[in-house]
Amino acid sequence: MASRLALRTVALGYLAALLIAPLAIVGFRTLEDGFAPAWAAVTTPEALHAFWLTILIGAIAVSANTVFGILCALAIVRRRFRGHGLVNSLVDLPLALSPVVVGLALLLVYGRNGWFGGWLVDHGIQVIFALPGMVLATVFVSLPFVAREVIPVLREVGDEQEQAAATLGASWWQSFWRITLPAIRWGVAYGVILSTARAIGEFGAVSVVSGKVAGETVTMTLLVENRFQNFDLAGAYAASALLALIALATLLAMTLLRPRRDDA
Amino acid sequence: MTTSGAVGRALPARRRAGGLTVGVATGYLSLIVLLPLAAVVARSTEDGADVFWRAISDPQAVASLRVTLLVSLAVVLVNALAGTLIAWVLVRDDFRGKGVVNAVIDLPFALPTIVAGLTLLALYGPKGPLGVNAAYTTAGLLLALLFVTLPFVVRTVQPVLLELDREMEEAAASLGAGRLQIFRRIVFPNILPAVLSGMALAFARAVGEFGAVVLISGNIPYRTEVASVYIFGQIESDGVTQAAAVSVVLLVISLAALLLIGGVRRRITRHDG
Repeated sequence: MASRLALRTVALGYLAALLIAPLAIVGFRTLEDGFAPAWAAVTTPEALHAFWLTILIGAIAVSANTVFGILCALAIVRRRFRGHGLVNSLVDLPLALSPVVVGLALLLVYGRNGWFGGWLVDHGIQVIFALPGMVLATVFVSLPFVAREVIPVLREVGDEQEQAAATLGASWWQSFWRITLPAIRWGVAYGVILSTARAIGEFGAVSVVSGKVAGETVTMTLLVENRFQNFDLAGAYAASALLALIALATLLAMTLLRPRRDDA
Repeated sequence: MTTSGAVGRALPARRRAGGLTVGVATGYLSLIVLLPLAAVVARSTEDGADVFWRAISDPQAVASLRVTLLVSLAVVLVNALAGTLIAWVLVRDDFRGKGVVNAVIDLPFALPTIVAGLTLLALYGPKGPLGVNAAYTTAGLLLALLFVTLPFVVRTVQPVLLELDREMEEAAASLGAGRLQIFRRIVFPNILPAVLSGMALAFARAVGEFGAVVLISGNIPYRTEVASVYIFGQIESDGVTQAAAVSVVLLVISLAALLLIGGVRRRITRHDG
């Protein structure tokens, strides 16, 4: 069993060197001078604004994508329509795109010289370098997760119960609310967690469209970069540590939910 | 008869509601995904083919695409080995804390990429405790991309290994096959489609990565500047047409990788049957 031990050592060593050790160092650097300075760094007005902005953008994007994800999964699994294959591949497309390209794309549609930019500016609506653009960028990158999680579950449960409900005279809404949604709820929950993590962590796309106006369009991830570039290393570490804690909570939630999702 | 009357009334309404899901799905996708991408493609070609060609044959653009492709290929190969090994250990081995290790695999999906870059810099950068300095080097670029792509191969291979019938391997062992032989002749052919899928996903991700790379690579043109960073630089310096052209190339590369591997996968699975 020496070879088994060797394989285990290599695998765990790789994970330790790539994932654990770097994270541990940031945790250590954050708390090097005690808890107080780290806490102060994440509770400056600037940091608090970034935190709540991140939560706000995430909440809007994840809600929109949850509703869309469920409807889209229903369309893909339960309906036959023209462009079925196209919709199915388009849902995955954001996973294969560079976030910077996403940001550029939004700039070309909603920016000052973009397709709708001129009209929007004339009507006093600012999308780029403002909240709407950042929300659109976040919606784009976190779009696939709920749909991707719900599609296999919908296939698995089949539509016999829904059809039985239909013959008994249930409306679409009744059968969705009483039969479909309870059947897919763990898949939805898992997808929501993945989307939330992606939304909170988004950097590239948001970076292009935010304009980085201090105290206005700076999210947590932009704050980390901003502080790092301004040689405020301790501040960048503290903000990173907070984001890392959120990531660890996400991992915990994923681990707790995974068995339920796989049972469904 | 009242029931059938109710059904008669309910069915058209259900069909309408069901049709609504299609409408919402296509409308939302068109508005959020298709429209902006169409704008990128339109912008890259609106000044004619020669402008597009000049944009993507700019030496710095070509260099950034070359660095991106070479490093992504290296990352994908390392992932194929390391990912398969980790999946193997998680499925076939047993040790205390395995559940935690299994959960940690998803860390790169949960951790913001900019934080990933910063953590790697903290350990392997100029002020790191190890005395190595991977900042502003290809090695740093490799590290960042290995970090963000780690879960793909592990998570595609793991379920296949779990499903794999152990009896075949036991039969081979009882017939005198060595362990390497068993892996090569029995396990490997079975997990190959999954390994390839994981590699394609990792490749598509590596090619477009920005956040993890931007701090550690130093973005030195012709050396450590990847395509996404180049595009970002062009956007910042009003080279939007240039940025759009390289974006289209990047898009084509990741789509090609996904399609190619999809095709290879289908061929392998067909031979299985």
